[in-house]
Amino acid sequence: MKKQLSALALAMAFASPLALAAEAPIVGLITKTNTNPFFVKMRQGAEQKAESMGIELRSFSGKFDGDNESQVQAIENLIAAGAKGILLTPSDPAAIVPAVEQAREAGLLVIALDTPLSPASAADATFATDNFKAGVLIGEWAKAQLGDKAATAKIAMLDLNSSEITVDVARDQGFLQGFGIELNDPNDIGDETDPRIVGNEVTQGAEEGGRTAMENLLQKEPGINVVYTINEPAAAGAYEALKAVGKTDALIVSVDGGCPGVSNVRDGVIGATSMQFPLLMASMGVDAIMEFAKTGTRPQASEGLDFVNTGVELITDTPVEGIESRTSAQGLELCWG
Amino acid sequence: MTTQNAKVQTADHEKIANAAGGDFATFEGAQVSLGEKLHQFFHKYPVAAPTIVLLTAIALFSFVIGERFLHPFNLSLILQQVTIIGVLGIAQTLIILTAGIDLSVGAVMVLTSVIMGRMAVDLGMPSGMALSIGLIAGAVTGWINGLLVTRFRLPPFIVTLGTWNIFFALNLWYSRSETIRSQEIDAVAPLLHWTGNAIDIFGARLTYGSLLMLALFVVIWYALKWTAWGKHVYATGDDPASARLAGIRTERVLMSVYVVAGVLCAVAAWVLIGRIGSVSPQAGMMANLDSITAVVIGGTSLFGGRGSIFGTLMGALVVGVFRNGLALAGVDVLWQEFTVGALIIVAVGVDQWIRKV
Repeated sequence: MKKQLSALALAMAFASPLALAAEAPIVGLITKTNTNPFFVKMRQGAEQKAESMGIELRSFSGKFDGDNESQVQAIENLIAAGAKGILLTPSDPAAIVPAVEQAREAGLLVIALDTPLSPASAADATFATDNFKAGVLIGEWAKAQLGDKAATAKIAMLDLNSSEITVDVARDQGFLQGFGIELNDPNDIGDETDPRIVGNEVTQGAEEGGRTAMENLLQKEPGINVVYTINEPAAAGAYEALKAVGKTDALIVSVDGGCPGVSNVRDGVIGATSMQFPLLMASMGVDAIMEFAKTGTRPQASEGLDFVNTGVELITDTPVEGIESRTSAQGLELCWG
Repeated sequence: MTTQNAKVQTADHEKIANAAGGDFATFEGAQVSLGEKLHQFFHKYPVAAPTIVLLTAIALFSFVIGERFLHPFNLSLILQQVTIIGVLGIAQTLIILTAGIDLSVGAVMVLTSVIMGRMAVDLGMPSGMALSIGLIAGAVTGWINGLLVTRFRLPPFIVTLGTWNIFFALNLWYSRSETIRSQEIDAVAPLLHWTGNAIDIFGARLTYGSLLMLALFVVIWYALKWTAWGKHVYATGDDPASARLAGIRTERVLMSVYVVAGVLCAVAAWVLIGRIGSVSPQAGMMANLDSITAVVIGGTSLFGGRGSIFGTLMGALVVGVFRNGLALAGVDVLWQEFTVGALIIVAVGVDQWIRKV
């Protein structure tokens, strides 16, 4: 309580009209890490936007995925600096909540980017990709590509890690639903009983993990013809394993829309990928905070969702009837990383 | 026996002498129990324990899974899957034998892979030159670690904790967090993919990377066992003060170990590029801990001066066999992690038991 009061006092001191006149308004961006290209691009998007609006952007990040302590410190620093608002990709969506409450009590607008807080209502708003929909799109595409063969498909599921975080679950389950597979519990990876699924393996979202996981699943079932991957680096690794045994006709689908991934769609390595928009996420966030600072209006969630949907697009060079998509050439205009 | 002596009053020493049958000091008699024999055997051959674990694991999975697991192709696949960790494990073994630890091996690997990739693809250098520059960069990182350990007398754990972060940050800066795709490397620098090429023999597929790893194990084994340098490495790790008294220049030995380890990390980078095709600044995130895992399961003591290089190969293969076998059996990933954790604890327990002389 004492801490909160002093933070409040500090924030008020900084937010005095004098201070405002003297310097540009401050917006904070806190990412999970500064290593993942997704967050690097997110920061670039926010920086560009802030520069064009004459705002001072202060960026912080955790040292590793799951580093809650650094994020809490960053929030405390931003409160003390009198920031207007904070854009946050939470490393630990539940543990960060008390710090977020402190910031909101001090009058800052807090927007969760990419990953919702737990509970989501702990932030003023969430700007994120609809990861379930991202999965549904590639699932429907794969099913349509296979046509009659979808009924006898042999599917490899290459997930992120054993923690089953929300993004991992949403993409995996979305893909399966899109493909027409019974989910059982939609919050649980790997509880499906459909015989078409060869198995779930984890990749850590990287090339080496993707290759090892694919190799092991191919040992289990050499006839795999559909490969779902959590992201494009994992897909690139999976392709190396398929190439090594001469199986380049398997359909690989993925999620992300990074430039190397979209180039791999162009080169026929990945069949289709669902693109997300980290730059847009960040620039929309900066806009929303400035809008709040000027008029006090808070962002409204998208129709039927509890977050602001920053969009997802299917990128493929073999479009199918009834699923809207863009070509890899168009994708390369939009891609990040 | 000595504890019994301590409990009994000195006046009773006659009685004790009779009770003990006069056998006060025997070293090698026919009376040695089976447990004691085993103990001596494991003490003499550090590679024995992990080898037994490996053979047991192979037997277990052959029984549970059968032909699919035992097929030469699958066994050679496991060898491919442990190649990167195997090469890093050689570097890590050398450091741990000197009672140090190197947390920066993964970061050096990814940094040198980015250097090789960017030199060849972005700067258009001949790929042999790019590879050499990468290997030299690996030596430089080792020299930095070695300098901080020997000249500034900082503990290796702290030094490499720091350089891990530094090298990883340099990797992100130099790579701009961007991946170089496999196709781009194929187009201009196929040499960087050479370690991924393979020969097929009796249904097995051996990549040049795997063969390179095995060759390195043999070379380092020879150096440790049959050269003065190798004896100095063991002596320095076992008891640096005595080693110095015996005329060994321990600082020079340490420095050479760190530089060799750095070069080996760069070799691991070459193997990595061959395996994953791309050059990714995200690669090798857990490689430092995985390499330590291989060394520990391989029976090399974290206290230094005791262990064998082939133990590390066995350790890496044990982890590889369990991961592959459990995956083929369809076991959930979290139990794979659980198993590796349990193996580490057992290995350290066995090591402690063996050290009880």
